[in-house]
Amino acid sequence: MAEVTMTVNGKSVTKSVKGNTLMTEFLRDELRLTGTHVGCDTSQCGACNIHVNGNLVKACTMFAGEADGAEVSTIEGQANADGSLNVIQQAFQDHHGLQCGFCTPGMVMAAASLLKQNAKPTEAEVRDYLEGNICRCTGYHNIVKAILAASGQDVSGIAAE
Amino acid sequence: MYSFDMVRPTSVADAVSALGQDEAQALGGGQTLIPTLKQRLAMPSVLVSLSGIEEMKGVCREDNGDLTIGGGTTHATVAAEAAAHYPGLAKLAGGIGDPAVRNRGTIGGSLANNDPSACYPAAALGSGATIVTNTREIAADDYFQGMFTTALEEGEIITSVRFPVPEAAGYAKFEQPASRFALTAVYVAKYADGVRVAVTGASENGVFRWTEAEQALSSNFSPDAVAGLSVPADGMISDLHGTGAYRAHLVGVMTKRAVAAAS
Ligand SMILES: Cc1cc2nc3c(=O)[nH]c(=O)nc-3n(C[C@H](O)[C@H](O)[C@H](O)COP(=O)(O)OP(=O)(O)OC[C@H]3O[C@@H](n4cnc5c(N)ncnc54)[C@H](O)[C@@H]3O)c2cc1C
Ligand code: FES
Ligand code: FES
Repeated sequence: MAEVTMTVNGKSVTKSVKGNTLMTEFLRDELRLTGTHVGCDTSQCGACNIHVNGNLVKACTMFAGEADGAEVSTIEGQANADGSLNVIQQAFQDHHGLQCGFCTPGMVMAAASLLKQNAKPTEAEVRDYLEGNICRCTGYHNIVKAILAASGQDVSGIAAE
Repeated sequence: MYSFDMVRPTSVADAVSALGQDEAQALGGGQTLIPTLKQRLAMPSVLVSLSGIEEMKGVCREDNGDLTIGGGTTHATVAAEAAAHYPGLAKLAGGIGDPAVRNRGTIGGSLANNDPSACYPAAALGSGATIVTNTREIAADDYFQGMFTTALEEGEIITSVRFPVPEAAGYAKFEQPASRFALTAVYVAKYADGVRVAVTGASENGVFRWTEAEQALSSNFSPDAVAGLSVPADGMISDLHGTGAYRAHLVGVMTKRAVAAAS
């Protein structure tokens, strides 16, 4: 066991972790932040996406011990300060960017990371960025549309195919 | 996963001494090793994380024009920081896996692993790069020794990789869409003294140089130069994604595309 200290959604936490404790286990089991989902546990699906020091990472493929000293954000930290949905979350709701919602936390975290690097992405850039996010329900079109809308671009001409 | 301890040294020297322990193993970005550990295909007693070692990170242009990349540098950092110096290499790094994989996976981890379908081995062999470890320097031509096999000794750490920068280079990857690795991919680099062509994803022996194409492209650096050439299907990987003959065919196609894309 080793002690780790990190900031999670703005709050400092210190806990003892085992060498093989994954970030998904740390967030979900230790901190009870269950918004970070485990879809595949094999680094493929992106349902577990979080931000570590501002970078998108798969929480199922990082050890908690490696986040010692890091700034971590999860889906639970994405809403506005007053608790209302942020622009990306609201756009997912407005444009029907989810069905069962299982992949959605990872999609929202990926979208946030993309829009930070590229404020007005093209449709192709959005699709490319979502390469590591798998959705079994929506067929992706409305997810892409939601992200484009969240970037402030007009999506009224984009039909759901 | 079996249980193990993890240590996070902050210098190469401390990492080397930690790796001297019984059953110790290096942890780079974990993008290959963590899935392996989950499948219980490895049983280290202690993982020595390299991610806290600042001296192993970054992209640096040397006085002689070579580009040195720290062994712990992520694919995302190479994609961003090598773009101005070695665009062919930056483009390859930016096409590995997906954004989250690129934010953790490292060049040292990729070269140490030497997956027969990985991208970096093609860039290192195709550029005639030098693999620098804590004890020595290894030419790429001597480094790759068959799939998942390299010249590295137990406990040896890739601290950096030095790339001579070519006049032009291109990488053409036929992506296996489920794994995002190369089904077959070719890296082509044109230097003043000749062209190098490295093929990944195809051979059962891992990355290899296609010398016939190198000769043809050295006298005429255009896709047409390799039009009449082919590689034998013997020894090519055959799996549910493609037969050996299919991969052998792709080698020619990807070589042409890599030449056409070279910048
Ligand atoms: C979904 C997905 C898609 C991917 N797609 C691609 C792709 O398209 N192309 C591609 O090339 N790769 C791909 N990868 C693999 C990825 O590039 C990995 O980052 C890489 O293979 C291993 O690097 P790592 O830093 O994560 O190493 P780790 O997984 O931490 O380690 C791998 C091995 O190298 C050793 N090691 C690590 N660092 C060093 C070092 N500095 N010196 C000596 N030994 C070291 C470890 O002990 C271990 O044996 C993909 C991975 C995933 C999960
Ligand atoms: S649960 Fe982490 S990538 Fe699927
Ligand atoms: S909404 Fe169900 S998996 Fe994406």
